[in-house]
Amino acid sequence: MKAMLLAAWRYRFFILSSIKTELYSKFVRSRLGGLWLILNPLAQVVIFAFVLSSVLSARLPGINNHYAYAIYLMSGTLGWSLFSEIVNRCLTLFIDNGNILKKLVFPKIALPLIVTGSALVNNLLLFAAILAIFGLLGHVPGSALIFLPLLTVLTIGLALGLGLVLGVLNVFMRDIGQVVPVVMQFLFWLTPIVYTADIIPGEYRDLLKLNPLVPIIAGYQNTLLYDRAPDWVALGWIALLSLLLLVFSLLLLRKAAPDMVDQL
Amino acid sequence: MSGHLRVHNLGKAYRDWGSEWRRMVSWLFPGIAPRKAHWVLQEVSFTVRPGEAVGIVGQNGAGKSTLLKLITGTTHASQGKIESAGQVAAILELGMGFNPDLTGRQNVRHAAGLMGHSPQEIEQAMPGIEAFAEIGEYFDQPVRTYSSGMQMRVTFSVATAFYPDLLIVDEALSVGDTYFQHKSFERIREFQQRGCSLLIVSHDRAAVQALCDRVILLDQGRVLKDGNPEEVMDFYNALIAEKENQKRVVLQHSSGKLQTVSGSGEAILKRVELLNIAGQPLEFAGVGQAVQLLIEAEINRDIPQLVMGYMIKDRLGQTVFGTNTWFTGQVVSDIKAASRIEYRVAFPMNLGPGSYSIAVALHAHATHITENYEWRDLACVFQVTNHDQNDFVGSTWMTPVIEISEINQSVGQAQTKPALRAG
Repeated sequence: MKAMLLAAWRYRFFILSSIKTELYSKFVRSRLGGLWLILNPLAQVVIFAFVLSSVLSARLPGINNHYAYAIYLMSGTLGWSLFSEIVNRCLTLFIDNGNILKKLVFPKIALPLIVTGSALVNNLLLFAAILAIFGLLGHVPGSALIFLPLLTVLTIGLALGLGLVLGVLNVFMRDIGQVVPVVMQFLFWLTPIVYTADIIPGEYRDLLKLNPLVPIIAGYQNTLLYDRAPDWVALGWIALLSLLLLVFSLLLLRKAAPDMVDQL
Repeated sequence: MSGHLRVHNLGKAYRDWGSEWRRMVSWLFPGIAPRKAHWVLQEVSFTVRPGEAVGIVGQNGAGKSTLLKLITGTTHASQGKIESAGQVAAILELGMGFNPDLTGRQNVRHAAGLMGHSPQEIEQAMPGIEAFAEIGEYFDQPVRTYSSGMQMRVTFSVATAFYPDLLIVDEALSVGDTYFQHKSFERIREFQQRGCSLLIVSHDRAAVQALCDRVILLDQGRVLKDGNPEEVMDFYNALIAEKENQKRVVLQHSSGKLQTVSGSGEAILKRVELLNIAGQPLEFAGVGQAVQLLIEAEINRDIPQLVMGYMIKDRLGQTVFGTNTWFTGQVVSDIKAASRIEYRVAFPMNLGPGSYSIAVALHAHATHITENYEWRDLACVFQVTNHDQNDFVGSTWMTPVIEISEINQSVGQAQTKPALRAG
């Protein structure tokens, strides 16, 4: 484990420059360039805001803002987009990079770090855009904003741990690559992002506790919308889970690495 | 620190686990055996000493590329171990996973970063890489606009931009145009002179013999031969000839080298001799002397046609000249068993001083690859000495006629007057 981290440190320049080129190459041939980084999640917010707020005429209790629902939606989306980007990218990480894995020797740990870095940059840009829109809508987040970095770290930890396990297994069982996007769809709708937790009938509400994303997304909503500290107890469990997943994924990566290149 | 490599009892198997679950359980419990193991490399042991250049040859599927990948470290051995010291650089197959949308320069930065170099080192090496690739302004164009040759140029330039202790090259030399081939060849030679060890896979006999101190012949995943380039290449040459109905003998030649004789035996060589014009055997021939090569073939079974070919090779085993009676349009047809055919090949010995050998072959078509009756390396060994020509260097005697004249520039028209003439 220590050797892995040391290797990652030796490759720090490479990781940084790869994040840069990755962001650059994604948009080098598009007119709007980097704008797409934030346009995509924002378009999603607009769709849900239009459809759901008019259809359901949702109003959030305790918030005195006409656009409360849109703000709620954007808060959840900020967390979800970071989580889903890392999971989805890690899922095909080794398959996508098969070409260089087969030809060059470098620490494999560099790959998920590059993904994390570029997802983080995307997320920061999205956050900036969301803040700007909040301003337009007349909502100014309060001091609870200081908890956001912690939430971001937790989201990355959970996403990376889960994504790496899936990514390694996907090399051997390509079905995983097909199943996960479907599961992610379910997860999105099973997490209160476009709806609030209290519209779920009481008898099912306990089931939400099985979803590790719920406390994280609730944390985003708490800090950005309600100006409240997140639920530390629930997040503590998530932190433990993320840590276990991360350790497991790194062990798995080490065990599977010799077999992996032959399967690419 | 210089490149040193020791490969001990190396093996690589592609394993069939039956189910992926079984494979995953095997990560936890190494004792679990796979359903089937397909060994592509087995019991390979050899050493590359610092500064040594070793070639690896073998037919497709012999395990050459797998071996290089194992040594590079991109794949892991199933058995045995590899010890290496120093910086290893590898050029495996074509390309280095270049991103088509990035420019050559950006890709170089990326690839060099993957090789573990720091930004300073990379920027320092960049002008050299750009100059060596010689692709002009394309260097700052997206790689998708490159031809495959240009990609190869950039790949080679990056891979060799940083002096390694051990350079591994897989068939990369045969790509690219002749100009770049020469250039990359030069660079490899330069590395070699600086003490870099080399490990080269190539099907190009000339390249292997020119670069390597030793050649390893792989066949079906095992080391079949390991030794002097000429001997191993001769043996390999016999190996790639039609496999069935062939016997192959390796003899100790009187010169101390190992001689390979192979063939199906329908026709055999009875006599191969180099004679002077009067018909007396020669061991030393003068530069430019008229000589004749006498070859006598004995036919053991009825054969539809017979082609005789010969090849003159220099001390290093490089072919200096070779042809056969297929190319000269002198194929002999419908030969009955027990007959004898005599060939007399007359030619002037226009070779530079040195030691040469002649390989002779009897076969049915344009090459010995199909229906090889007999192939005999080192069928005849002779020396060329220079006693009546002017001194010269090189392996060929190309009778020069040199005219030297002085050009008088003060006069409007260039006037030439012969000053010296020699020939």
